[in-house]
Amino acid sequence: MTPPAGVPAVEAVDVSRTYQLDGVSVPALRGVSLTIAPGDYVAVIGPSGSGKSTLMHLLGALDRPTGGRLVIGGRDVATLSAPELATLRNETIGFVFQSFHLLPRTSAVDNVALPLVYRGIGARQRRERAAAMLGRVGLGHRLHHRPNQLSGGEQQRVAIARALVTEPAVLLADEPTGNLDTATGEAVLELLERLNAESGAALVMVTHDQEVAARARRRIAVRDGLIRSDTVTAGGGPPHDRPLTDRDRRPETLDAAPSAEPRSASGSGPGHPSGGSGGAAGATGLPRHEDRTGGAS
Amino acid sequence: MRVAEAWRVALDALRANRMRSALTMLGVIIGVASVVVLVAIGTGTKQKVEQQVEGLGSNLLLVVPGKLDVGTAPVVSPLTLKDVDAVSRVVGDPGRVAVTVASGATARAGNRSDFTTVQGVLETTPTVFTRSLARGRYLTGADVDTSRRVAVLGASVAKALFPDRDPLGQQVALAGVRFRVIGVFAPLGQSLGVDRDDEVHVPVTAAQRLWGTQRVDGIAVKAPDRERIGELGDRIVAELSRRHPDTEFSAVTQQQILGVLGDILGVLTGVLAAIAGISLLVGGVGVSNIMLVSVRERTREIGLRKAVGARPRDIGVQFLLEAVLLTAIGGLIGMALGVGTALLVDAVSPIPAAITWWSLALAFGVSALVGIVFGVVPAQRAGRLDPVVALRAE
Repeated sequence: MTPPAGVPAVEAVDVSRTYQLDGVSVPALRGVSLTIAPGDYVAVIGPSGSGKSTLMHLLGALDRPTGGRLVIGGRDVATLSAPELATLRNETIGFVFQSFHLLPRTSAVDNVALPLVYRGIGARQRRERAAAMLGRVGLGHRLHHRPNQLSGGEQQRVAIARALVTEPAVLLADEPTGNLDTATGEAVLELLERLNAESGAALVMVTHDQEVAARARRRIAVRDGLIRSDTVTAGGGPPHDRPLTDRDRRPETLDAAPSAEPRSASGSGPGHPSGGSGGAAGATGLPRHEDRTGGAS
Repeated sequence: MRVAEAWRVALDALRANRMRSALTMLGVIIGVASVVVLVAIGTGTKQKVEQQVEGLGSNLLLVVPGKLDVGTAPVVSPLTLKDVDAVSRVVGDPGRVAVTVASGATARAGNRSDFTTVQGVLETTPTVFTRSLARGRYLTGADVDTSRRVAVLGASVAKALFPDRDPLGQQVALAGVRFRVIGVFAPLGQSLGVDRDDEVHVPVTAAQRLWGTQRVDGIAVKAPDRERIGELGDRIVAELSRRHPDTEFSAVTQQQILGVLGDILGVLTGVLAAIAGISLLVGGVGVSNIMLVSVRERTREIGLRKAVGARPRDIGVQFLLEAVLLTAIGGLIGMALGVGTALLVDAVSPIPAAITWWSLALAFGVSALVGIVFGVVPAQRAGRLDPVVALRAE
C-alpha cells in the first residue's frame, strides 16, 4: 500500500496525546509536527519518558491523538473507528518490536502470513507470499521452524518478514536490535536498511543507540513530548544496493552454535554472546534495554 | 479466511492446554449428562405409568367419594353394597361393576408372615380390571354371596408365604382369621416403586365381616362404550348423590387419571431437569472463568494480532469460538455419557429411562448456548483490549 510519490506516508500536524491517569492529565506528546515521505529512513531518538513510544504508537495507528491532525496513508486517523484503524494498520503499517512478538506454537511461515489472514487472503496464497518474504530475509530454509527453534536474530527476521509481507507504506521498528547481540543486531539493521531501499517502505526506527541512529538519513530527537531536532544527514546510512550475502547470515551461525567457531568468535568483539546459544538476547542485549518503568508514554 | 483462522486458533488453544480444557469441559459434560439422564428417567417413568394405567383395562370408570384431585384428603366412604346394587342398575349389567374395600393386614401361613393389603372384592374384578391368574381359580358369585373364607394371593405374597410349597389349598390367616387359598395371580411387577403383586383378594362380604364394617371404599365400572363413558359417570354420580346427599362423589376415567399423573410426573421431570440445569450453569461459570484466564494469558498475542490488522470483532469471534468449542465438545461427550448411563439404568435397575431426541437436542443446544453466554464477556474483553496496553503485557 505504498502511496504514490509526492504524497507523504505519514503527516502529523501539531499532534498531541494526553493520558488520563487517576483523573490527572499527563501529556505524553505536546504538539508534534512531522512528515514522513515514502521510502524515508528515520531514526527516532530520545530518553525514556520522552514520548517517543507514544509517537510510535500514533504513527502506527495503534492509538489516536487527543489533539492535532494525523494522516496515515492518506486517511485522517481521528475520523476512523477501531475496526477501520485495524484495517489501516493492516494495509499501511508494518511493525517490528524489540521482543519480536511471534506467536508460539506457530511456524515461521504462518507467523509471517498472519497479517494476510486479516486481509482476507486465502490460505494457499498466504503461504506462498509468506514463504517468498521469508526467502527475502534469508530464512527460506526455516519456513516450518517454530519460534523456539530459531535464534534471536532469526526470530527478528521472521518478524521483519511479517511486517513487510503486506507491502506497507511505513515500517515501524521499535528498538529492533534491543534484544540482540551486537553482531546479530548489525545484521538485522542491515536487513532493515536493504528492505527499506528495495521495497520503498519508509523505515521509522526508535532507538537510543547513537551509532544506530547515525546510520539513518534523518534523525528526530524527542524530549519532553516535543521534537527537539529533526536533522537530515546528506548521504547518511550504509549502501543499500548490496545483495544479501553470507555476511548477513554469519552472526546467526555463531548464534546457533557459538562453540563451533571459537576463533571467529574472538574476533567479533565484545558484542558476541559469552556463551549459550539461546542466551544471545539476554547476555549482551541487556545493556541496550531501555528502562521503560519510569515513563508515562 | 478470517473465520477459518478463528477456528484454527481456537482448536490450537484448546490443544495447547489439554488438561485445562478437559477439566473445564468436565463441568459441562457432567451438566449435560445429568440433564439427559434425569430427563430420560422422568420420561421413562411417565411412559411406564401411562402404560400401567392403560393396562388396568379399557373404558374404566372409577367412582369414589370425595373429589379426585391433587392435594385433597381422602374421605371416609359412606358407600355400602346396597349402593353397589344401585350402580349396577344404572349401568344395567352387574358384571361390569367391581368394588373394593381394602385394609392392611398380616397374612400368616405356618411360621411365615407377610404384611400385605387385603382387598374385599366381587367376582367381577378380573373382567373389570384386566387381571389373570397363574394358578387355581378366582372368586365366584357363590363365594361372595356366602362370604366364603377363600383367598386369591398376589404373586409376591404367594412367594413370601409359600416359597417352597404349592399355595393352592393351603390355609392363610388374614388378621387372625383362616382363609383357604384358591388361586394365585400372575405377576404385575412394580409401579412407581409400589409392588403391585403385594395383595390378597377375598370376597367383599368376608372382608366386611373380618373388619366389622358395611363400608365399600370404591366402585369401578367397565363402561360398555368409550363415547358415552362421561355420561354414564354423570348418571352414577347423580344416583349416588341422591342416596347420600351429604357426600360428594367423583367418577373419573383413565384419561383423567392419566392427565393428573401426567401433570405430576411432568412437574417431577421439570424439577429434575432444572436441578441438572444448575450443574450445567456451574459448568458454564467454569468456562467463563477459564476464558478470562485464557484472555489474560494471551494478552500479548491479542495485542500483536491487533497490530497486524485484527479488528475487535476478529479477536472476539476467536475467543467466543474457543468457549463454544469447549462447551459444544463437552456437550457431545456429555450426551454420549448421558445416553449410556440412561440405557444402563434402564437395563439393570427397576427405574425406567427413555431417551427422547428432544432432550438430546435441548441438552446440546443449551450447552452451546452456555458457551455463547459465558464466552461473550471474556470475548468482548479480549476484543476491546487496547493494542498499546496489550502489546506491553507481561
